[in-house]
Amino acid sequence: MTGLDALLASREMILVTGSGGVGKTTIAAALGLAAVERQQRSVLVVTVDPARRLATALGLDGIGNTPIEVDPTAFSDAGVDIRGRLHVAMLDTKAGWDELIRRHAPDAATRDAVLANPLYDNLTGRFVHSHDYLAMEQLHDLHATGTYDLVIVDTPPSRNALSILDAPGRMADFFGSRLLRWLTVPYRSRLFSAASRPFQQIADRILGSRFLQDIADFFILFQRMERGFVRRAREVEALIADPRTSFVVVTTLEAAPAHEARFLIEELNARRLPLGAVVANRVLPDHLADRAATDAAATLLEVVGDVDDQRIDEAARRLDVEASRLRRVLAKAATRFDDVSMVASREVDRRDELAALVEPLIPVPWSSGDVHDLAGLASIAERLRDG
Amino acid sequence: MTTPPLLDLDLVFVTGKGGTGKTTVAAALAEVAAASGRRTLVCAMDAKGALATAFDVGRLDFVPTEVAPNLHAMTMSTEEALREYLRLFVRIPLLARIGPLASTFDFVADAAPGVKEILAIGKLTYEVQEEHYDLVVVDAEATGHVVSQIAAPKVIAELVKVGLVREQTQWMLDILEDPARTGVVVTTTPEEMPVIETIELLDKLAADTGTSASAVVANRVLPTNFNRNELAIAQRLEDIVDELTAIAGDGVGAVLDAAQILERRRAVGAEHLDRLRSHLDEIDLPMLHIGELFARSHGRRVVNQVAEQLADELGADAAPAGDRMGPR
Repeated sequence: MTGLDALLASREMILVTGSGGVGKTTIAAALGLAAVERQQRSVLVVTVDPARRLATALGLDGIGNTPIEVDPTAFSDAGVDIRGRLHVAMLDTKAGWDELIRRHAPDAATRDAVLANPLYDNLTGRFVHSHDYLAMEQLHDLHATGTYDLVIVDTPPSRNALSILDAPGRMADFFGSRLLRWLTVPYRSRLFSAASRPFQQIADRILGSRFLQDIADFFILFQRMERGFVRRAREVEALIADPRTSFVVVTTLEAAPAHEARFLIEELNARRLPLGAVVANRVLPDHLADRAATDAAATLLEVVGDVDDQRIDEAARRLDVEASRLRRVLAKAATRFDDVSMVASREVDRRDELAALVEPLIPVPWSSGDVHDLAGLASIAERLRDG
Repeated sequence: MTTPPLLDLDLVFVTGKGGTGKTTVAAALAEVAAASGRRTLVCAMDAKGALATAFDVGRLDFVPTEVAPNLHAMTMSTEEALREYLRLFVRIPLLARIGPLASTFDFVADAAPGVKEILAIGKLTYEVQEEHYDLVVVDAEATGHVVSQIAAPKVIAELVKVGLVREQTQWMLDILEDPARTGVVVTTTPEEMPVIETIELLDKLAADTGTSASAVVANRVLPTNFNRNELAIAQRLEDIVDELTAIAGDGVGAVLDAAQILERRRAVGAEHLDRLRSHLDEIDLPMLHIGELFARSHGRRVVNQVAEQLADELGADAAPAGDRMGPR
């Protein structure tokens, strides 16, 4: 059993993290496929930013909040053998907030008041990095059902890819904060201290007292849901730290994503969270960085430029094309090679740097465009397994 | 395609999915403007330092730094924007004590919709209003957030019924909603998700704000290397790999692979851009192209090279309109 298979067999939750645009969703889906190919496990892939084609690739009309099983016949049609069962779900943050409010509201009146508050739409999109928090709440739910042996999570894109881990803590801190208490003191109350009065006066002039009252009203309501939120936040934190949870970092070998990946690896180590693997996506073939290749390009350029050199003419005859055209094609390929070789060399350097930090580092080559179907996903799964 | 008169605007937001070269394009646009004689301010909206790196300076502050003749660069800070706002409009004494208030305000601003955004938008539109510069270029938030920022004055105007801020949203909107004064440039690369997000952003901008998009900049575009006949030959080079190896050595295989890979990436990229172009044609929005630099440059040099290409795309004669010539 390869390292990756062992990882997929032993974990209950795998968090796939990395900067935006590196192909996390495809890799998360491929990991799910790799898992059900080898193990008789029930696997769920939770995706937050699906390439529109992923749903089609999996033979689904769409992906919603509620997990759907991928039809087993879709696999056999694609020539892929599976032993387990693959499910997919998407995180829909707007629906999620409404759901959260419904769940945590202590009574119907509070629930309705919050949902009807004119600031609700704006606020729920904004504070305590709601996307991240919702993702964690949803994960908690899915894990708690016990329906799935393994949940693979395509984490939400955010500026700091690990902020998702901080979300529960921030939610808990928010409810305990002095500032929240301050915000929810009735606006015109005598309880207002002299210290905060200047701010009130300024804010009143700038924003108008009705607006501040609306905000205060909202947070007063929201505070009633504190217990539910905080308890679940702590449960989620425990889940992340559990030894049956592991992380996979996905990156490309371009400068910015590789830099971010390095940061993620160091951060995970610092927090003592287990890193199962690093996947380098869309890599160029190694041999493009070889000295022999650069030399070959230079030689080729020389030879095609030499009209007295007959070897190109002979090769052109073999190919049944005009010699001058062949010369031009080879010249272009050789000239352009320099650029590609430089990019390939840089990639090799970055790859070596990352591989020094963690094992395994699994390279996945670029395929023509993003994955369109199960067969494509299966070939990525194979590359992941080959490590 | 009509060349967008980007340089004649007063305020340009440059946005795009992370990784598509937004900061580089913003810096390059600012450089082209400055080189044409326009007094230019380029402002980074986040504190990550990418704009400072683009100009090879250690850091940028709220107070602009002159990074080249006519070219000033700054980073937005909501706290400092608040201080400036209070100093200019509310005139509260004893600003020294604003410290703790500012961090409290920061928290409220985080929670209250539009408040933080309006401080930033307010600062930018203030600079435009006061005519301190001929052009203000904003290295804006990545796709999702920029629309909330631009929409902030409208949001505030709807939610806040009285108060100083409400009174001021109108002059901000006058600037933001005039396509001759304010525009949005969206950067993308020839890839699936950036193209999808570009289209979504343009829709959202149109739906949530009165601000117009001015252009899309397609970055890192791979040039066509082979014409059709040459391509047919290039795809068959494998058949003579033995001969070529005899001529140039074992490394030749890699050279042929590279040509294939590059051509495939170019073709796939071109498909994505074609899809985008059709959408843009429907809404009559131009697309500019910046070629792939193949990681040959760093920092300022990258910005220079992109600026050269951008200047070409915008039309060689980028001199400012008559009444803007000369020092202010």
